[in-house]
Amino acid sequence: MSDGELGIWGVPLAMLAGAIRVSTPFLFVSIGECLTERSGRINLGLEGTLVMGAMSAYGVALGTDSPWLGVLVAAGVGLLLGALHAAICQLPRVNDIATGIGLMLFATGLAFFLGKPFIQPKAPNLGAIDLGWWSDIPQVRQALQVNYLFILGVVLAFALAWALRNTRWGLIVRLAGESVDAALAIGASVGRVRLIATSIGGAFAGVGGAFLSLYYPGSWNEGLSSGQGLMAVALVIFARWDPIRCLWASLLFGAAGAISPALQSIGVTQGYYLFSAAPYVLTLALMIATCSPARSLRGAPGELGAVK
Amino acid sequence: MSDTFSIGRRGLLVGASGAAALGLAGNAQAQKPLVVGFIYVGPRDDYGYNQAHAEAAAILKKMPGVKVVEEEKVPETVAVEKSMQSMINLDGATLLFPTSFGYFDPHMLKEAARFPAVQFRHCGGLWQEGKNPKNTGSYFGYIDECQYLNGIAAGSTTKSGKLGFVAAKPIPQVLRNINAFTLGARSVNPKITTQVIFTGDWAMPVKEAEATNSMIAQGIDVVTCHVDSPKVVIETAERAGIFTCGYHCNQSKLAPKGYLTGAEWNWEKVYVDFIEAMKKGQAPGNFVRGGLKAGFVRPSAYGPAVTAGARTKADAVKAEMLTGNFAIFKDGLKDNKGNMVVPAGTTYSQTEPKLESMNYLIEGVVGSTS
Repeated sequence: MSDGELGIWGVPLAMLAGAIRVSTPFLFVSIGECLTERSGRINLGLEGTLVMGAMSAYGVALGTDSPWLGVLVAAGVGLLLGALHAAICQLPRVNDIATGIGLMLFATGLAFFLGKPFIQPKAPNLGAIDLGWWSDIPQVRQALQVNYLFILGVVLAFALAWALRNTRWGLIVRLAGESVDAALAIGASVGRVRLIATSIGGAFAGVGGAFLSLYYPGSWNEGLSSGQGLMAVALVIFARWDPIRCLWASLLFGAAGAISPALQSIGVTQGYYLFSAAPYVLTLALMIATCSPARSLRGAPGELGAVK
Repeated sequence: MSDTFSIGRRGLLVGASGAAALGLAGNAQAQKPLVVGFIYVGPRDDYGYNQAHAEAAAILKKMPGVKVVEEEKVPETVAVEKSMQSMINLDGATLLFPTSFGYFDPHMLKEAARFPAVQFRHCGGLWQEGKNPKNTGSYFGYIDECQYLNGIAAGSTTKSGKLGFVAAKPIPQVLRNINAFTLGARSVNPKITTQVIFTGDWAMPVKEAEATNSMIAQGIDVVTCHVDSPKVVIETAERAGIFTCGYHCNQSKLAPKGYLTGAEWNWEKVYVDFIEAMKKGQAPGNFVRGGLKAGFVRPSAYGPAVTAGARTKADAVKAEMLTGNFAIFKDGLKDNKGNMVVPAGTTYSQTEPKLESMNYLIEGVVGSTS
């Protein structure tokens, strides 16, 4: 074999590269959902927000020639969808799971409808930072092409974790999620806290969508998300509602998604269907490993309907 | 969403055909239009498989006395049976084209038994005399001829000697394309290999991008694909500065630097023939196949990276294909496990049915069908 080939070492490298490339939408949706759920509300509609964000970012980038404006608009669209979810859930006797599913279908359908004219044209993409300048192995350089949004996501995960733990604002969010009575006792408006948390969570998911359409894979079409938003919501549960664990879980999912192509590209070709299912198997395995009939999920916000 | 819209449109069409029927009663000379239904598995403008059909459908719309009804994004489930039923019952369609591979068996065959007066023609299926109903049929193009030409362009351009093929599923049409592409490349340099990566489904944008990237990481410098929308693969490769061959439609706009050539469908030829037959009161052919010579497929114009030598070589083979005498699969061909798949001295012409149940990857392809 010729030079420049890494053989079997290509697999861990490809998984690292895949983790960095594929994880960003998972990361944004999961930290958005994490914030929302910590305030005591579930937003299953983030899959729809992700798709809507992807479509609007692509459309705006195409129209204005500025991908960053697209990201901004995607965040705004996410914010609005989040606020809509929060406002509907505020009404008496409304189930937030049902609303979330409704909004997911609505946003996905709306994105497909409005996105028709954007399937063909080519919008400008977000750039990447070359962090592999120190290496002369092309594969390493390629793996370390890191997009700004990934870095932003990592910073946001740490910032959110810090803010939830150390600021008054974080305390109020956690209170709204743990105990409505306690939140009311210190004079916080639970409804407003949840409205703000859900809206910001939606904005994060919108940015995740912008990453899909403007960087990787970098074009708008209707199969773009294929359930990544839903997987990210599940990911929050086994990340135990901790933004930093959301980061690790997203990276793990990204890496698992890269296994199948990476193995096939070095010639391990048997059973690729099985390897393609790796992320889902991983979800199931982690769920089984972490659940117990004896106790409710550790770290779950007390007010969260689904796990009470 | 799209469902409500199509029902709305259908309602409109029912009204329109009702009015047309009334008009017919008054004017015996008015001709009832031939209603043709197209069903697509994905969006009509995907830069790929569905677009190739939709472009042909758009040409049919301009023909006098022909009305085209279309429905997109219909899954390969009972949903397609409902689409066919409503096209027949509500729109009055008498000729249906369910274009996706998975529509054929059992969905189209079931509906064909239910509506014996309607003609069903499926793209890509293997229609068998005696086994399948007379009002059904299948049509397909020998696009592997264009894939062979792609292979010549790719084999002449590659520096690493390693080509990549992003494929959806290991079905015969896909395997035939991979094999023809590889044979074309190896006709230039017998040491060339083609790495194949299966993504598992027709439209998986993230997996397709991942597959392309992992090929690039392995030093592959020309990629092509057989997925419903090649846009992601072509764009990812262009960004990485490697070369691409297109599939389904012309994607040169997506990769002005790296696009070598491409294998394109030319469905309007097939559809116009079918409609002419229907207008004469005949049933269209049950088993329709054709390649470059019949005009069912065509290669894209060469991109700037294709050298004059490569053009000459590919054009010579193309000229031979146009005479109908060129065979791609012949003479002691082995699969990549070492089994003989075409015995020495045997030549399979393009019409050979055995080629349509291909289940192997030839020598030189790195990959496996399971």
